[in-house]
Amino acid sequence: MMRHLLSIDDLDRDAIERILARAASFAEVSGREIKKLPTLRGRRVLNLFYENSTRTRSSFEIAAKTLSADVTNFSPSGSSVAKGESLKDTVQTLSAYDPAAIVVRHPHAGAAVMVSRWTPAAVINAGDGKHEHPTQALLDVYTLHRRLGALDGKRIWIVGDIEHSRVARSDILAFTRMGAHVTVCGPPTLIPPGIEALGATVRYTLDDLREADVVYALRMQKERMTDAYIPSLREYVARYQINGRRLGPRQVVMHPGPVNRGVEIAGEVVDSPQAVITAQVEAGVVVRMAVLYELLAGARSGAPEPSAPVLA
Amino acid sequence: MAAPMLTGMPAPGVDLVIREAHVLDPNTGLDGVHDVVVRGGEIAEIAAPGTATVPDGAEAVSGERRHLLPGFFDPHVHLRTPGHEHKEHIETGTRSAAAGGYCAVVAMPNTDPVLDSAPLLSALRDAARRDARVPVGFMPAITRGLQGTELTEMAELRDEGAVGFTDDGKPVVSAGMLRRAMRYQKLCGGVLALHEEDPSLSGRGVMHEGEVSARLGLSGIPSLSEAVMVARDAMLAREEEARTHFQHLSAWQTVEALAAAKAAGAPVSGEASPHHLLLTDEAVLSLDTRMKMNPPLRTERDRQAIIAGLRDGTIECIATDHAPHAADEKDVPFEEAPMGTTGLETAFAAVYTGLVRPGILPLALVVERLTAGARLVGLPTPRIARGAPANLCLVDLETTWQVGESGYESRSDNCCFAGRRLHSRVLLTIAAGAVAYRERSFALSAA
Repeated sequence: MMRHLLSIDDLDRDAIERILARAASFAEVSGREIKKLPTLRGRRVLNLFYENSTRTRSSFEIAAKTLSADVTNFSPSGSSVAKGESLKDTVQTLSAYDPAAIVVRHPHAGAAVMVSRWTPAAVINAGDGKHEHPTQALLDVYTLHRRLGALDGKRIWIVGDIEHSRVARSDILAFTRMGAHVTVCGPPTLIPPGIEALGATVRYTLDDLREADVVYALRMQKERMTDAYIPSLREYVARYQINGRRLGPRQVVMHPGPVNRGVEIAGEVVDSPQAVITAQVEAGVVVRMAVLYELLAGARSGAPEPSAPVLA
Repeated sequence: MAAPMLTGMPAPGVDLVIREAHVLDPNTGLDGVHDVVVRGGEIAEIAAPGTATVPDGAEAVSGERRHLLPGFFDPHVHLRTPGHEHKEHIETGTRSAAAGGYCAVVAMPNTDPVLDSAPLLSALRDAARRDARVPVGFMPAITRGLQGTELTEMAELRDEGAVGFTDDGKPVVSAGMLRRAMRYQKLCGGVLALHEEDPSLSGRGVMHEGEVSARLGLSGIPSLSEAVMVARDAMLAREEEARTHFQHLSAWQTVEALAAAKAAGAPVSGEASPHHLLLTDEAVLSLDTRMKMNPPLRTERDRQAIIAGLRDGTIECIATDHAPHAADEKDVPFEEAPMGTTGLETAFAAVYTGLVRPGILPLALVVERLTAGARLVGLPTPRIARGAPANLCLVDLETTWQVGESGYESRSDNCCFAGRRLHSRVLLTIAAGAVAYRERSFALSAA
């Protein structure tokens, strides 16, 4: 059984398929009027978020509560962290409350790995700097499976600011592990040298975007312009925006949110049936339930067994 | 022009005989079994085995199956005094040096306050006289406060004993400012030692820019950040005929630039650190903050180029860039950790294990590169020769040990080789004629 989820590299294809199958079985619970399972009753899950996050934090909270865990949200502002307490001291203090799991988001790469060395709790990386966001990648794989079936041989383009995107890194690892071909595309200044080592092909233009089965748009932050990574948002939009003109009718469009309508993606695409952005958010809860289950409950609980494999 | 000075070791010279050791000194050509007699701290005799004349009251050391080498010289260490004594201070730093076989070290000026004035240099030399286990040289800053905008009073600092000048930890970004330092150097002498990186290329990088940084989502420092500055400053050095030393070289492009500059006649030299000779950025995959240093660990191609540069003399010496940090400063996420690894206690054993034993570099060459730093900063090279001050290091090449198993002499434990099993152990270090270090289990006896 896994002890932590720090990186997609912690998961082989079998483990990913097991988590997704479990998530599919939890989807039924989300449809019930009483959305509750007793699986983690009496166990504590701590959300330790050093960065603002609405959807990830609330999604973890809903997932843990649906499994009947007791959830505490801890944010550094207004806490001892604001008084200068180190991450290690904070984690060791919070570990004294005997949490079963600590969900960590932190602005620095590698923070979750360090936290896992300082606590006996299971640690879930909910985003560490530019490094990884493994549950986002799992929910992305889950969403695509629901939409397209197996990912083997599928062509997935990830478009935008690859350099600063933990979602891109985890997605490249997860998509390729599930058999897809991944292309990353964006301005050369926002493609980190060496990214090919993760298994992605690099392109600098959207000329061949039509070859993609899936187009994954990343959020473009305005700071990238002031940091001189790109000359202007206008030029970025002109060359990299995912819009109706560039898309084919059967291409699936994804985005990790929150969306900048009219920047990296046109509003009409967000609202089109091609976009699975809302499905990604919905998948977040069941996938995170499955991860918590995998780490904390395993086969011991009375949760429903996966009814049918979602993966071919 | 003032001469550079080393300070420390007021102890009276030792009387000692080292019997039947394999004496290896590439600086004097010695390579065979001899008795070596030290009298009053000077090498009095190098005799055939079993024939030495032993001074009255001298102590004896068995050198059988052991190597006697010239003591090593490190032109680049951080003793963290003043201001950061919780990381290291003169006594612990030089104790660490002695344990690694070093007979002298040169301390860098990025302290708090910065070593940029003669009164502070004078105070530090007083402290070294009191506390140092091996002689210490000091390199004050090139620019006041390491700010890169005003020259320090280089002439006065030289009169006070400055070995040379460096803004180590930072590059001299302005080519104009560096040129001025090079021109002023004509007045006072003293090597200019340069930490080379272009901040506009390094950015907020925390490791080498490449496949590993892309995978980890860590901002990268490209090799070019170092190489373009070395190319620029070698040109300035050639034009100004300024004795210039490039610190802790890490990139293959830099080795090429340095070789080209030398071929063109520039008075430049370079150093490599054991970690750049032995580790690559793959070591950062663990996110172990002991692997975070500046310049960063680079790729296998870079590592091979540094080794080749050391072999062919493009890079003249090995320097540790011993950079101690307190445990709680390193026990943080990788991006937050300060840069630097300790290295004095492991340098010889790590290089011996990783490069000499596998036959990549000959032992004699490594010993030469571990002593050459002295010459590069204008000081006498430690050598095993009759009449020379005793700067010696006795090593057992067959012993193995695990780094950190019995702690460190340094005040800090942020060693990038921690946990590794290394071959060879320093048993005894004699620095400036006095016993500076003796390994716990190693006995001296009456002669």
